[in-house]
Amino acid sequence: MKRTRKPRLAVWKFASCDGCQLSLLDCEDELLDIAGAVEIAFFPEASRAMAPGPYDISLVEGSITTPHDAERVHHVRRVSRCLITIGACATAGGIQALRNFQDVRQMASIVYANPAYIESLSKSTPIADHVFVDFQLHGCPISKRQLLETLSALLNGRRPPATSHSVCVECKRQGVVCVMAGRGVPCLGPVTHAGCGALCPRYARGCFGCFGPKETPNTAALAARWADMGVPNDQIMRAFRGFCAYAEPFRRESEAHER
Amino acid sequence: MSAKSIRVSCLARVEGEGGLHVKVRGGQVADVKLNIFEPPRYFEALLRGRDFSEAPDITARICGICPVAYQMSAVHAMERAFDIAVPPPIRALRRLLYCGEWIESHVLHIYLLHAPDYLGCQDALQVARTHPDVVRRALRLKKIGNQIVSLVGGREIHPINVRVGGFHRAPTPGELQTLVEPLQWAADAAAETVRFTASLPMPDLEVDYEFVTLRHPDEYPMNEGRIISNRGLHISVTEYESHFAEEHVPHSTALHSTVRKRGTYLVGPLARYALNFDRLAPRAQEEARRAGLGEVCRNPFQSIVVRAVETLHACEEALRLIREYEPPDAPAVEVHPCAGTGHAATEAPRGILYHRYRVDQRGSILSALIVPPTAQNQKQIEMDVREVVERNLGLPEPDLAWLCEQAVRCYDPCISCSTHFLRLHVDRQP
Repeated sequence: MKRTRKPRLAVWKFASCDGCQLSLLDCEDELLDIAGAVEIAFFPEASRAMAPGPYDISLVEGSITTPHDAERVHHVRRVSRCLITIGACATAGGIQALRNFQDVRQMASIVYANPAYIESLSKSTPIADHVFVDFQLHGCPISKRQLLETLSALLNGRRPPATSHSVCVECKRQGVVCVMAGRGVPCLGPVTHAGCGALCPRYARGCFGCFGPKETPNTAALAARWADMGVPNDQIMRAFRGFCAYAEPFRRESEAHER
Repeated sequence: MSAKSIRVSCLARVEGEGGLHVKVRGGQVADVKLNIFEPPRYFEALLRGRDFSEAPDITARICGICPVAYQMSAVHAMERAFDIAVPPPIRALRRLLYCGEWIESHVLHIYLLHAPDYLGCQDALQVARTHPDVVRRALRLKKIGNQIVSLVGGREIHPINVRVGGFHRAPTPGELQTLVEPLQWAADAAAETVRFTASLPMPDLEVDYEFVTLRHPDEYPMNEGRIISNRGLHISVTEYESHFAEEHVPHSTALHSTVRKRGTYLVGPLARYALNFDRLAPRAQEEARRAGLGEVCRNPFQSIVVRAVETLHACEEALRLIREYEPPDAPAVEVHPCAGTGHAATEAPRGILYHRYRVDQRGSILSALIVPPTAQNQKQIEMDVREVVERNLGLPEPDLAWLCEQAVRCYDPCISCSTHFLRLHVDRQP
């Protein structure tokens, strides 16, 4: 059957830095083609024209941190046929999930003179804790290439490609010498989801986990290896408590090193 | 009609989410509020207890549009706390990285977020239907800014190569050479952009701003300098907090910054330009003159032209830095943390971004203060909108609302810089 109308795309924002939705505008070579293939119906960062739903594809950025957003996300789900979360905030709660390990009222009083004005939940949670999510893109920020690949798969009626391996595989593929084995640099690569193209090791730096935990990561073994290398316990704790701190395997590992 | 309310419930084409509420009573503007729905993310609180070395990566996440600015203010502040100086090649690389962000961010704003207003379009895709060449030029130019950030920083959003003391890996001169040809094209395209923006129909408005900017002995300001204003301010960055106040006003969305005992002020392209025209690259000065822009510009709507001039300057400056680049002996200097306090201000694309950290002898962060440019401009934005509404009360409501939106967008407000933004409880008096 011939398609009679272009699929409609919406881009939503919750608590976030805007970087993941900016990735769409950063597709400088492809942006006009994307706009040719879909109707960009709702994308407030880029357009004042905000067409009402329903939408075929919703890209959702950001985590849920306020009572208002906890309601709004249900609206987003209702008007979306396929809901894709983009980035560490939407898939894991983001850096603002560091509040989940502390007293949020105390944090508010550090930043604001009158914390009574602040409406904020005690935890920053991923979208999937609230509504059903069809597909997740990891990363802080997401990879532009993965975003394009996912959109293209959906538009062409195939399953978006999903990898389950770690950053280590990306290093091997690119012939990057292991920073941990070669130079003793602590690296989260063995437990971190692939997707960045082994960016940090290519820049002589250890992975710091912005794509979140890979499937079935052995975080305890990696932490033990770091400890053997002489990395202090509090540094191990902080390494797991970063941009994907509230993703279950990282949360558990950081809590194991809390004292 | 004596009472009217203009509400723009969702302000489009800004980074982050905000709205605007203007209240008119008896033909007078009674109130203007820039409404920010950006949920607070408590960055200053969550930095406490983190290691000094994590500040550049964590604060980058405040804003996906200007992460380099956050990384730069963070590394400079930490280096001042530890009394570290970096050698000239590292300084040059930082400046090059910043040039990339200025180009990317300015071009995004000029063409994709702001120009559609002047052309009566909803967005850049609509512009592309009537002016396809303009949009193609914009995307190619923006991409070159991103290429610089990617090469020096590792990736365009949240670069990974920046660290306190320098970089994880310094690029080779050969790698930087690959940017020369694109940048030569970019400089020409930026000059075209100056002419294009100057040809747009400009609403009239002259505002008697207090311009606040960094000033460097011989460069257009980016990473360092003293803080100066056109009303006699001339201070070092360490004195920032004794000259500027942040007020938590009831019924307001944000901590409003003011110059103590004086009031609102403006940071960003108009301020930098007005007080540093003499430091612009000769070609940028020349194009500014050709475009009929004076050495001082007080019309906020013309900020789009000033951004274009700064884009051209950033291209020229990037070319110079690449031409003179000699790789550093080591990508970073050694860092030995000690107890202390460090302050830094750098020029983010939207204006001065101030960071202050107190760290203990192990380098653990005890407290952090971050003042983003949009927080500093917020009160001035509201005053500009008030002025625009007062002059244009006769316009039909949708047109007036659009003009107000446009006035807000002149500031390229980066609302995601949510360190200091509050959720507004709107005051809805009859």
